[in-house]
This record gives sequence, C-alpha cells and structure tokens, in this order.
Amino acid sequence: MSGPQFRLPADTLPDGRIDREAPLGFSFNGESFTGYAGDTLASALLAYGAFPLARSFKYHRPRGIFGAGAEEPNALVQLETGGYSQPNLRATQIELYGGLSAASVNAWPSVDFDLMRVNDWLSPIFPSGFYYKTFMGAGVGAGRWWRLFEPFIRRAAGFGRAPTAPDPDRYERMNAHCDVLVVGAGPAGLSAALAAANRGGRVILVDDQTEPGGDLLAGDRRIDDAPAMDWVAAALERLGAAPDATVLARTAVAGLYDDNFATAVESVGDRFGPGAPDHLPRLRLWRIRARQIVLATGAHERPYAFANNDTPGTMLGNAIRHYAGRYAVVPGRQALLGTDNDSAYRTALLLARAGIPVTLADARETPPSALADAARQAGVDVEAGCAISAVLGDRRVRGAKIGRVLPDGEISGALRPVEADLVGVSGGWNPALHLASHRGARPVWNEAQTCFVPDDLTALGLRTAGAVTGAGSLADCLEQGYAAGRDAARAAGRTKRTRKPDLKTDDGAAGAPIRPLWAVTGRQPGSRRGKAFVDLQNDVTVKDVALAARENYRSVEHLKRYTTLGMGTDQGKTANVIGLALMGVETGRSPEAVGTTTFRPPYTPVPFGALAGRDRGALFDPVRETPMFDWHAANGAVFEDVGQWKRPYAYRRDGESLEAAIGREVRAVRNAAGVMDASTLGKIDLKGPDVVTLLNRVYTNDWETLKVGRARYGLMCHEDGMIFDDGVTARLADDHYVMTTTTGNAVTVLNWLEMWLQTEWPELRVFATSVTEAWATATVAGPEARRLVSGLDSDIDWSDDAFPHMAVRTGTVLGAPARVFRVSFSGEASWEINVPAHCGPALWQALIDGGATPYGTEAMHVLRAEKGFIIVGQETDGTVTPHDLGMGWAVSKRKDFIGKRSWSRPDTARPDRKHLVGLLPLDSGTVLPEGGQIVADPEQEPPVTMLGHVTSSYKSPSLDGSFALALLKNGRNRMGDTVHVLRLDEGADAARVVAPAFYDKDGGRMRG
Amino acid sequence: MLLIRCPYCGLRDESEFSYGGEADIARPLEPETLTDAEWADYVFLRTNTKGRFREQWVHAHGCGRWFTLVRDTVTHAHGETGVFGGVEPEADG
Ligand SMILES: [Zn+2]
Repeated sequence: MSGPQFRLPADTLPDGRIDREAPLGFSFNGESFTGYAGDTLASALLAYGAFPLARSFKYHRPRGIFGAGAEEPNALVQLETGGYSQPNLRATQIELYGGLSAASVNAWPSVDFDLMRVNDWLSPIFPSGFYYKTFMGAGVGAGRWWRLFEPFIRRAAGFGRAPTAPDPDRYERMNAHCDVLVVGAGPAGLSAALAAANRGGRVILVDDQTEPGGDLLAGDRRIDDAPAMDWVAAALERLGAAPDATVLARTAVAGLYDDNFATAVESVGDRFGPGAPDHLPRLRLWRIRARQIVLATGAHERPYAFANNDTPGTMLGNAIRHYAGRYAVVPGRQALLGTDNDSAYRTALLLARAGIPVTLADARETPPSALADAARQAGVDVEAGCAISAVLGDRRVRGAKIGRVLPDGEISGALRPVEADLVGVSGGWNPALHLASHRGARPVWNEAQTCFVPDDLTALGLRTAGAVTGAGSLADCLEQGYAAGRDAARAAGRTKRTRKPDLKTDDGAAGAPIRPLWAVTGRQPGSRRGKAFVDLQNDVTVKDVALAARENYRSVEHLKRYTTLGMGTDQGKTANVIGLALMGVETGRSPEAVGTTTFRPPYTPVPFGALAGRDRGALFDPVRETPMFDWHAANGAVFEDVGQWKRPYAYRRDGESLEAAIGREVRAVRNAAGVMDASTLGKIDLKGPDVVTLLNRVYTNDWETLKVGRARYGLMCHEDGMIFDDGVTARLADDHYVMTTTTGNAVTVLNWLEMWLQTEWPELRVFATSVTEAWATATVAGPEARRLVSGLDSDIDWSDDAFPHMAVRTGTVLGAPARVFRVSFSGEASWEINVPAHCGPALWQALIDGGATPYGTEAMHVLRAEKGFIIVGQETDGTVTPHDLGMGWAVSKRKDFIGKRSWSRPDTARPDRKHLVGLLPLDSGTVLPEGGQIVADPEQEPPVTMLGHVTSSYKSPSLDGSFALALLKNGRNRMGDTVHVLRLDEGADAARVVAPAFYDKDGGRMRG
Repeated sequence: MLLIRCPYCGLRDESEFSYGGEADIARPLEPETLTDAEWADYVFLRTNTKGRFREQWVHAHGCGRWFTLVRDTVTHAHGETGVFGGVEPEADG
C-alpha cells in the first residue's frame, strides 16, 4: 500500500477535525497504515484511496467505504483479536487509536482474491428468492438440499466471527434521570439543549460522534459570519456552565422505550483499544429516564441506483463532503457527483476548494440558478437534467457514464463518458426516524421532500427537530431545535423565561425542490449492463425488487423476506426507501402505500458485554450461604446449588467416592445420628388472630384442631388443584405460627400468601414475614439423636412424653433462644433445632462434637425416598394433585380451600390418572434413570404408549438394592405388575410396581 | 420500560413491580355450587382486552403492596390506580 496520498495538505481546507501533530499507526488486513487523532478507521483508510476492503454478502463483489457513519453498508470489520475482538463493526464508526488492528469480515480467502466471486458470475442461477424457494420450500428434498449446502453457504456468507476467548473487559451501567434528553448534537440538538438548559432544566445531550457538531463538523458552514464550529464551541461552553447539563459524546442511543426510557451505549475505554487505561470500563450502558425527549437525530443521505453503483470509489455525496472537510481526505483525483437535490452543491464547492475537478450531474432540468452559478464560478461542470448511468471499473472506479434522464429514471439519448475516480451520489435524505419508530411513531410520507418523517409524538413527551423532520436549511434546524428544547423544558415543568437567539446562517438563496430519482435504468443497445444495487449490504438489486413484484411479493414484509432488503446489520439505512419506492413504481403505488417496516431497538448493534455490565461471573447471581457454610467447606462438603443457596450435597472424607460418602451418611442416620444443615428451608412467621383461617384456606388439610405446641404437615395447591408447595407449620402461640416451605419456593409462597391476603381477603388480620435468614437450622436425626440432643446445654425436656413426634418447643439451646420442631423427613426420630443465625456455627459444632455425622442433601433425598416422602418439584410438576400422590389423608372434606373445586372436574376426577408408585428393578443392582419413560412393552412399534416416568431413583444402603418412585398411569391398580423403564440411550429395564414406601412402613422409628 | 405510579410510593420503574394479571377476578364464595364451566372460567379464562384494561400489580421491590392500575394494552398509557381492601395510601408525600 503506497502512502496516504489522498490526504489533503494541511492548508487546503483549514477547518478539519484531525490533529496532524498526533499521527497514529494501525494495521488493516495485516498491512500497516498511519492516520491521525480525530480520524475514524474509515477516513484513515480512505487517505490511502478507495480500495476494496470487503466482499459483498452474496455475490462477493469488491466493496469499498460508502458512507461516513451509522448508515455504512459495506465496511464491516472485525476489530482486534482474542477476547477483545468484536465482529461486524462499521469502519466509519471506529475512532482511530494507536496500534489498532482490524480485518475485513466478509472475504474468503482474501479481499483481493475471492473464490466466492463465482457467485457473481453464476448469478443467473442465484436469483432473488433462491434460498427462500430452495430451502424454505415444503417440497420433497428441501431439507436435503439445505443439509448439502448449509456449510458452504454459512462459510460463504460469513460475516464476522464471535470471539471464543472470555471478554477481558469491564463494562459499566449508569442510571440517569433528566427533564429533557436531547438525542443528536448537531445544530438542532445543540439548539434544543441550550434552550432547555436556559429554562433551568436538567438536560442530557447525547451524540454518537466523537464530538458534538453533527453536520457542522464538515467545517464548511458558517453561523453569524464565523465558522459554525465556533458556535458549537460556544454552545458547549454554555452547556458546561449550566447548572445541570450533561453532554455525552461517543454515546449512541440504542433504544427508546415506554415512558421515555432510553438506553445508550457510551464508548469509554473502547476508543483507546485493548491498551485502554485499567480504570476505564470499555463501554458504559446508560439507562436514562427522561421527562421529555427531543429527537434531533438528523437524516441519512440515500443514493440512487445505477449500474455498478457498488464499485469502490462510489460513495454517498455528503460522505465525500465530510471526509474532505472533517478529515482532509478526498479519495480521488477527479470527482463525478450525481444528484437530484440541492445538497450535492456543498460537496461540489468543497471539492472545488480542495482543487478537485468536479462534474455535477443534476437530474433536475433547471437546477437552482444561485447554486448552479456559484458552482460554475468555482469551476464545477454542472450538467443539468443528467444522471449517472453506470460506473466503469472493477476493483476501483475508472470512469463513469452520464446521460439525460427521463422522469421515470430511464436514460434517453447517448451516454457521455466522464473521467472520474471518485463518484458521489445524492438521492435525497431519509430522516433518521428509527428512535421515533421505537416509540410507535408511524412514518408519514412527505411528498415534497420525498421522504418518510415521523408523525407527531408530542403526546408521549417526544419532539423532533432538525433534519429528522425533513428540514433542509441550517436556519430551520436551529429554529426547530430551539422551539423543541423550550417546549420540552416547559412540559417538564421548567418555566423560566428565555429569549430566542437570533442567529445568522449561510443558507443563501432559496434552492429548488428535489426531483426524486430512485434508479437509473437506461437500456443501451449492445452494451452489457452491470448490476444496480438497492441494498449494498445484502446484495439486493433493482432487478430483484422487480422480480419480487412480478412474483407478487408486494407487501413490504414480503419484499423484505423475499429479497432480504434491509435485513442486514445496517437495517437498510441507505436501502429501504429506494426499495419501497421501486416497489411502488412496479406496482403503481406510492411508497407510503407499499408501507415501511417498523424499526426496533437497537438502532445500531449493542455488544453483549455492555448489556451484561458487571452482572457476570460471580456477580451474575447472588450466592447465599448458611451460617454453617464455612464448616461445610472446611470439612469436605461437595456443594450443590438450590436456587441461590449453596447446600452440602455430601461430605467426602479423604479418598472416599461420592457414592461411598452418600452411603455412609445414610447408614449413619439409620443406625446412629446424623445432622443436616436445614437453614435454607423457607420460614414464614405468621401472626394475628386470623392465621388459622388463612391456613385453612391455603392448605388442603384442617388447621382448626392444631394446638399450641404442635406442628402439622400441609400441602398447598393452586386453584387448578395442582400441588405447588408443602411443608410443616407449627403453632407457637394462640396467634403465632411458623410456616416452613421448600427451599426453592420460600419467596414464591410468601408472595402468594401476600397476594391472597391483600387482594382477596384484606379482612384477615395476619402479618406474614419471611424469617428464613434469621434462623440457623440443624436437623438431628437417627436412633442416637435423642441421646445427642439431650446432651446439649438446654432447658428443653427432650423425652418422648414431653416432646412427642410433631410437637414444637421453644426454650434455650447453648444459651440461645431456640425453636425446636420434632418432625422427620428421614423416617428416623428427628429434631429440627432453630437458633438465631449467628448461633448456628456453635450449635453445629456442639452436635458434631456430640458424635453426629453430617449428612448432605443427597443422603436426605435417599432417606426420604425410602420412606416414600415426596419432594415438590421432583414428584410433582404442576400436573399432580394430592390424590395422585395417594395423599388424600392430607385433604379435608369439611372445608373449602384453594384448588379443591378443581378436583371434581372430569379430568382431575378420573380414576386412572398417573399415580405415585414405587418401582423395584428386577435386577436390584440397576438404578433406573430419573426421568426415564415407563412403557408396558419396550418392543412396541412406535408410537409407543407412554405410561409415566421415574421421578426419583436411588441405590439404597438400607434396602440393599435400588428402588425408585414414579408417576404411573393408573398406578395404584397396577401393583405387582412388571413395567419397563426406557434407558436414556438404548434398551429398557424391567421393574415391579410396588407401594411407594420401602422402609419402616408403619413409621414406628420416627415416633420412637 | 413503564413508569408506574404506586399509590403508596409514587412513580417508579416497571422493574420494581410484578404483574398480577387482570383485576376484579373475585374468588367465588361457594365454589362447590358452580358448574365446571363456571369454575373453569374463574380459574383459566381472562378477557384479552385491547385498550383500557384494569389489572393488578404488586410493588414487589418496594412497599410490597398490591394495587390496581388501568393500562391501555395498545398504547401502554396508564390511568387511575386503585387500592385493595380500603387501605388508603397516606397523603401524597
Ligand atoms: Zn409502593
């Protein structure tokens, strides 16, 4: 690559925004380049010429930089490598930093030699809709074709690659509130922000560029007879002095949401690249709630289509103006500009000032005389009534042809060759109404400006100002901005009077209206014409739109899906309106009648890192530890996550397998004494005179008879009659109960109780309070458990007479106030000792010192399953009633309660529902797979009749064999039958259906 | 993200609230007297209103109170709020 020969000498156009004292080296596709501070990657590359730096999506044609901002369809790059890497960034939006490294994303094997160019030459067999028809068709073989072609197509279409290494960067989130949020810091946005700030409003002004100014950054505008950027500097100074105005540059609003909530991504460390100072986050996600919003988002220039309008060196006219004025880069020696409106004249004048010969083809028969005269005076060759017909050249613009253009875009008469290596095209302006669209604004077709403008959203606290409204003159932008800022501040309650500034602009004499031109379609006898593109990113041509129309894909949604128009990462910012207009031409409708698609957030892609912020790794979700956690961790506990809780799954001793540890723990509980940390059980304190009424309504069983000092097991159902939680509730005093819930449902149950108490039964005098974290709970279980708890320093009488099964006692243990429940989930005599959380470790240590074996959740699961005790969420799945589980004993017939009525519905009253049963594998060494499907005949031809599934399955140290619980269709009437449980891979295991209780069926041990 | 007016706390972000579905679904006082269809209507069926819709919300990450809110399901514009059980919020703070 030869030097930056297209960078203008320093004194050519003096008002640029680059710092020539600060050169920055960078690499692109492995080659070294130099740019300046203030450059974008695009401007720095263009200083070396408009060379191809991408291959197009479908035809793999060489593509160069086309635009200067968010509208860029071609110049997608992969920035940096490794964990820092980001795919599909637009070179036009990457701020240059020293050492930057980037590569083309869509070129295989390289930009210069692209194997896939064959798609271009074969394009007659890849018409629009090829993929759609070939792979989406319902016809026989479509799937086969897709399998055959998919790897090839994916490779060929490969946009950038997601990084595979973890992201090494930090991202931040900022919440902000303001009276007025102004989006866009061009003349309209600055004017709005000033007006709102002057009214005393709290203002946030955001702009995605490296510095405010918007269109004024091109450097060729004047306000009050001085460079317009002087006015920008003064405006920023005044905002800086305002009591509460924040200006955020490098910040792109990604989405607008209900009630004027906005998200915006600020580039912080990002602009320094991987070498950014450590204290800076890479990006900062702003979440802004604004009372009022002013959208001054400007407009994107659109091109018109002509043959080979994708040849590198073909650009948007206004992009050329910006590269010249802002970055002192003109990527050509001789320019041809094609326009159908006034805006190209500024580009022409600026290029002329830079010494570039310019031909300006104005499609209008009579260009505005003031503009044309000024241009001619500057040496510009103005060709009235003419349009660009074709660009010549393959990898670079080598010339062009222009001709007289008829109103429908057809060329009449002979074509005239024009010498040019830079082609600029100006087809009008598309207001950037994306953000307004996020808030539901309907795009309204403005015939005079031939563009869609957002409809009025004042009622939602949203105003628009400047080019987004279709405004063309600088004076209008300033005026509208002032009015919008003032009105927004007033609507936000800021009533301080302000005076409207009187600014003189350089808009000059009145211009002429646009003559809309969508595509130049000349038919030249004998000349083979190239493709004319509508959507550069997705390779949609003028012909494709016509084909869609012929095949009757006429609505905008069909047009999009059929041709992929506007479905790229640029969301068709330069393409959509032309596509719609051309469809309108084909079908005799206005663009508005064709319709526009709805823009949805984000406006430009947002990296996942910015959305995740700090919520990653250990901070992704809170971790909850019980007071005894440290002891568990120091004593071999293998933890499992139960919701956010870390619970010991089992305690491994040195050299012990997990299975051996579980077996040892189960035997310890069955033969001696075990202790389990049950602190995670949900605990809800219920106080008030009406607690018993509440319990009667939410539990399926009867609570009138529960005496103080006693506890009872209960099932809760939803109104559909299906179980959703269970647990023990104890009565501590007349009006004081403690309800326990499953670990995972603690919050859900409390919220559910609150909902009923507040919305349905506000007359019930009950306070429900979560006390889960207030208590540490140690469950001591086993034949030696009484001896062990009796050894604790306590005022509680532990004898069976004084403290029988299903009783609750309060007292002191180790000097701490304690609540003790004598309940059993293991089937052994068992005491749940609750002490204040900070006393948990001491209690635990005392029990260990007394000889208890710590056991984890898996041993607990085995113990309870041997007893046939259910776990909600394991034996139930939201389709299971108490009767299905054979728990009719826990259902009252005398009262109404939530869910009861549903059981008499025909489906829940069926006698042959799935019932809870036990399964004993015929081979007692086989542990049936949990979740395994149960069938009567594993050899049955599909579809196989499914009878149910295994819900819990363990090897039992107590039974000397394996066993399972299962939900089995009509299970209670299948006792003794043999069924088959399908393995997860292949084959099946036979098992005998038995009652769901395997150990100490009369319950003597837990009462003993 | 909606800005919702909790009758007890004032305007807060939607993320502080949980949605409770359609309001004014009273639990039948004598479920056993209902036909299956009537019961199913109470348990399962809700009006799918296009336009102004009275629904219930709870200020889950705030005061914990349930209240009713009229929301336009098309525009998300929200209107009057209501409280349950005659527990009136204190004067606007
Ligand atoms: Zn509240």
